[in-house]
Amino acid sequence: MSLEELYRQVILDHYRNPRRSGSIEHPDATAEGNNPLCGDEVTIEVVLDEGVVTDAAVRGRGCSISQASASMMADRIVGMSVEEIATLTRQVKAMLDIEAGDPGLDSDRPGAVLGDLEALAGVKQFPVRIKCADLPWTTLEEALASDVV
Amino acid sequence: MTLDVERIRKDFPILSRRMNDKPLVYLDSAATTQKPSQVIDAMSEFYQLHNASVHRGAYALAEEATALYEGARQKVADFIDAGSAREIVFTRGTTTAINTIAYGWGLNNLKSGDRILLTKMEHHSNVVPWQIICRHTGAELVYLPITDDYLVDTSDLESIIDERVRIVAFSGMSNVLGSLGPFAELVAAARAVDAITVVDAAQLIPHIPTSVQALGADFVAFSAHKMLGPTGIGALWGRMELLEAMEPAEGGGSMIRDVQLHESTWADVPQKFEAGTPPIAEAIGFGAAVDYLSALDMEQVRAHDIEITRYALDRLAEIPSLTVYGPDDSAARGGVVSFTLADIHPHDLATILDHQGIALRAGHHCARPLMQVLDVPATARVSFYVYNTIDEVDALIAGLHEARRLFGVS
Repeated sequence: MSLEELYRQVILDHYRNPRRSGSIEHPDATAEGNNPLCGDEVTIEVVLDEGVVTDAAVRGRGCSISQASASMMADRIVGMSVEEIATLTRQVKAMLDIEAGDPGLDSDRPGAVLGDLEALAGVKQFPVRIKCADLPWTTLEEALASDVV
Repeated sequence: MTLDVERIRKDFPILSRRMNDKPLVYLDSAATTQKPSQVIDAMSEFYQLHNASVHRGAYALAEEATALYEGARQKVADFIDAGSAREIVFTRGTTTAINTIAYGWGLNNLKSGDRILLTKMEHHSNVVPWQIICRHTGAELVYLPITDDYLVDTSDLESIIDERVRIVAFSGMSNVLGSLGPFAELVAAARAVDAITVVDAAQLIPHIPTSVQALGADFVAFSAHKMLGPTGIGALWGRMELLEAMEPAEGGGSMIRDVQLHESTWADVPQKFEAGTPPIAEAIGFGAAVDYLSALDMEQVRAHDIEITRYALDRLAEIPSLTVYGPDDSAARGGVVSFTLADIHPHDLATILDHQGIALRAGHHCARPLMQVLDVPATARVSFYVYNTIDEVDALIAGLHEARRLFGVS
């Protein structure tokens, strides 16, 4: 395992220049997540239009992995339906070895489906950091579950 | 070096381990220290040769176990210059010791409107028990602020301490900043208003030669595992008249004189505070740990602490965009150094250094109120003990430069 695989340029770029950072005035769904042991915090807000995310915002503080994961996630989910996001979340969690199974993901080439998010793949070689990468995704699941229609 | 560190290191089996294909560099002794063979062997020998319950067996083996257990109490008493071994109450650790005072003294002596004075650099173990007691009694917490030099700010002490303050509880040495507490000032101010003083000495006793009689405080709490001993045991030292007047926080076997259906009476101090079968092997390990430290000589332990901390502070100061949180004056601090490096989060630093075999702590260090004062969510922290070397500090510095390279920090 190498640190270069963990701290790829795309991770550092999202950490330092987080996308969709901030808040939304009237979100349809929101959730706050934190890892009490390490102090990572993420708040997610989304606007939904007929089951499709039309806007998203994240804010938080924590390590590069948690904040980059949140930034990449927020950037990615806008325009996706709740169902598509559920599939994507399963795919990310499979890539991080959090969930077993193969939700349409070629484990040798996760980037074919996940694009930039594939940069998070290096995290699974650092087991104590997996929860950092996972935090925004679990928080997003909670946010979308809070807006069950 | 003041201590023969190379010889000392041979006593610690774990220090020959490799982590991530690099020699282990253990810089987290403020969390827990490593254990020398002398401690491990003492505990193992107890189980192999002397194991029996203490204070009750009418047979020779139980007498042996009791003598070893009480012998450990005497060693701990001697180590901190207590007036009597009876003033040493064995507890699970510092946290339990502070809770013993909070529930035993605080719950029974505080009332609505009373105040407990703390400082803003306390570990959660010297904050949360008092919050619980305040909830029960209606007393309230008051905090001394922190100076720009990372010391407890006593400049307004006179206006803050009045007759409402019944307890003054403070850290002997901060587990985040390394700062030593203003003992003389706080003890004198507390005494002037008849308040009791409680010293969280979890970091102090391992690092600084301490006479509890000279310190002048009423209660001193510390843990074995931060001074080469095992986990699961610590000590509460208290002035005898206070211990005698204090109610037990826990009831059960061993702590009673007599038990009737509706009433019981308590055993003498210290058994009154040691309900249940105690951690006997751990107490014996604790005794072996203070033997080990006494053989090194605590003055030499302190001198080593100053030398390695000075070197670390000077080397850390060479790194651009690195911020140290703690006093620079060696006389005002112990061997705990917290820092941040540019915009690299402490958890990322810990991962990068772990990759090089270096164990350091990242996080809020169980001191969230202090993190708010420092205005950081977390810091990285290195802490030194008798087995750490200048070479290990150099390894740390090299690791931090590697972190700068990975994160593109200029």
